[in-house]
Amino acid sequence: MSVTVRVPTILRTYTDGQAEVSVAPDVETLSGVLTALEVVAPGIGARVLDDEGKLRRFVNVYVDDDDVRFLDGLDTPTPDGTSVSVIPAVAGG
Amino acid sequence: MSTAILPSVTTTTSPFGSASHLQCRECGARYSLGAEYACIECFGPLEVGYEFGTVTREQIESGPLSIWRYSALLPVSTTAALEPNLAPGFTKLVRADNLAQALGITGVLWVKDDSGNPTHSFKDRVVAVAQSAARRLGLSTLSCASTGNLANAVAAAAARGAQRSVVLIPSNLEPGKVVTTAAYGTTLIAVEGNYDDVNRLCGELIGDSVTDDWGFVNVNLRPYYAEGSKTLGYEIAEQLGWRLPQQVVIPIASGALLTKVDKGFREFIDLGLVKKTPYRIFGAQAVGCSPVEQAFRAGHDVVRPVRPDTIAKSLAIGNPADGPYALDVVRRTGGSIGAVTDEEIVEGIRLLAETEGIFAETAGGVTVATLRALVRSGELDPTAETVLLNTGDGLKTLDAVSPHVGPAGTISPSVSAVVNLLGGLA
Repeated sequence: MSVTVRVPTILRTYTDGQAEVSVAPDVETLSGVLTALEVVAPGIGARVLDDEGKLRRFVNVYVDDDDVRFLDGLDTPTPDGTSVSVIPAVAGG
Repeated sequence: MSTAILPSVTTTTSPFGSASHLQCRECGARYSLGAEYACIECFGPLEVGYEFGTVTREQIESGPLSIWRYSALLPVSTTAALEPNLAPGFTKLVRADNLAQALGITGVLWVKDDSGNPTHSFKDRVVAVAQSAARRLGLSTLSCASTGNLANAVAAAAARGAQRSVVLIPSNLEPGKVVTTAAYGTTLIAVEGNYDDVNRLCGELIGDSVTDDWGFVNVNLRPYYAEGSKTLGYEIAEQLGWRLPQQVVIPIASGALLTKVDKGFREFIDLGLVKKTPYRIFGAQAVGCSPVEQAFRAGHDVVRPVRPDTIAKSLAIGNPADGPYALDVVRRTGGSIGAVTDEEIVEGIRLLAETEGIFAETAGGVTVATLRALVRSGELDPTAETVLLNTGDGLKTLDAVSPHVGPAGTISPSVSAVVNLLGGLA
């Protein structure tokens, strides 16, 4: 299975400048996607997750078109073909 | 990330005035002044830091009747006022005795009426500062995600500045706000979805090559942009005769306005421009989009996003970026946050119009109705001096009020018909 992750500008130092990364997680959840992402982009996980392993306060993560806070957070299902987007929350207004 | 981009305009003064750096509000990491808005360490919001020199009341009073009288306290060069811009600010502070009486308020009540800005909302203030930053950073296209008021302000400011603009709005925006944006000749893009969807799209556009020279005023220029809201706090204090009010009621969308009014008050205290007197800050939201009010009532520090459903579209931000900081300010100052229904919002608009001759947009209706609710609940002291912020003009949201007001009757053009009609009304 394959999941596409869209990476914000401030994290592209971990992805050789790539805006999108494809990963093949072992577990079909957002948590599994982030674990797989860490393998191909070491260090990126600690930028997105805090010391307790939770999503950071100022990170928005979308699975397809939905904010995962409206879904199941890190347990949100990410079946084959899902698109995940990570975006700084501090915008707008 | 931390490398500053060289300014595109040569000035004889510092390109960002007394602003010295960007700093993360969460972890304190410092960055050079640039088109950055999120901390690379923790994603926290970046805020402008300053090294203020001496600023006196006399210096400010000798400045122009616009936000530029406070240039020394903003991240702009001293030449910002001379560059093409809308010169917003220094709007009226209106004593509202009739409204006070209607609400049972015995202290002095003021309305800071920001509908008097060039595009009729407070957004002209923040855009003017962002426009200056865009020039310094070599960003030639102004852009934004907007609930309408910002769209007006960006499109107009770009027109004045002979800059390109691209404005993104939710496709369900009030028709009035679409027309009053498109009229300025901007590239207006209606996006299927709500404001939070548009905001997300702008976040994703940053970093794409198509937006290399774009300054999204409320995204990658947000640290500068948000500072423009401090001028509302400065003006209130100056117009009260260089002192702080006891209570302020402020609408909450992203929460940035509320937090920056507080920052403006604190800077005036720190600079010795006003005495340090206690003040309480109150927030106002619509029930149909009240994530910050809900967090306040629940005692939470974290704001859980909601899906907006309210006529107050200019406040319809379900995922407010500065929500946690607005909570901090309200709790620190001993204020509170209220939320009102769409019906109460319309009542609020009508009450302000009928008592003070000020026609507010839906956000103003939210604020007036919340003031009324806070007086009734006893959370706001009716004997204290209070300032209410009206952030936009009612002409922008006619749809909200048009079902509720209209002619007393339609008559033939004769004296007797008028007499008969008036008799029927008596």
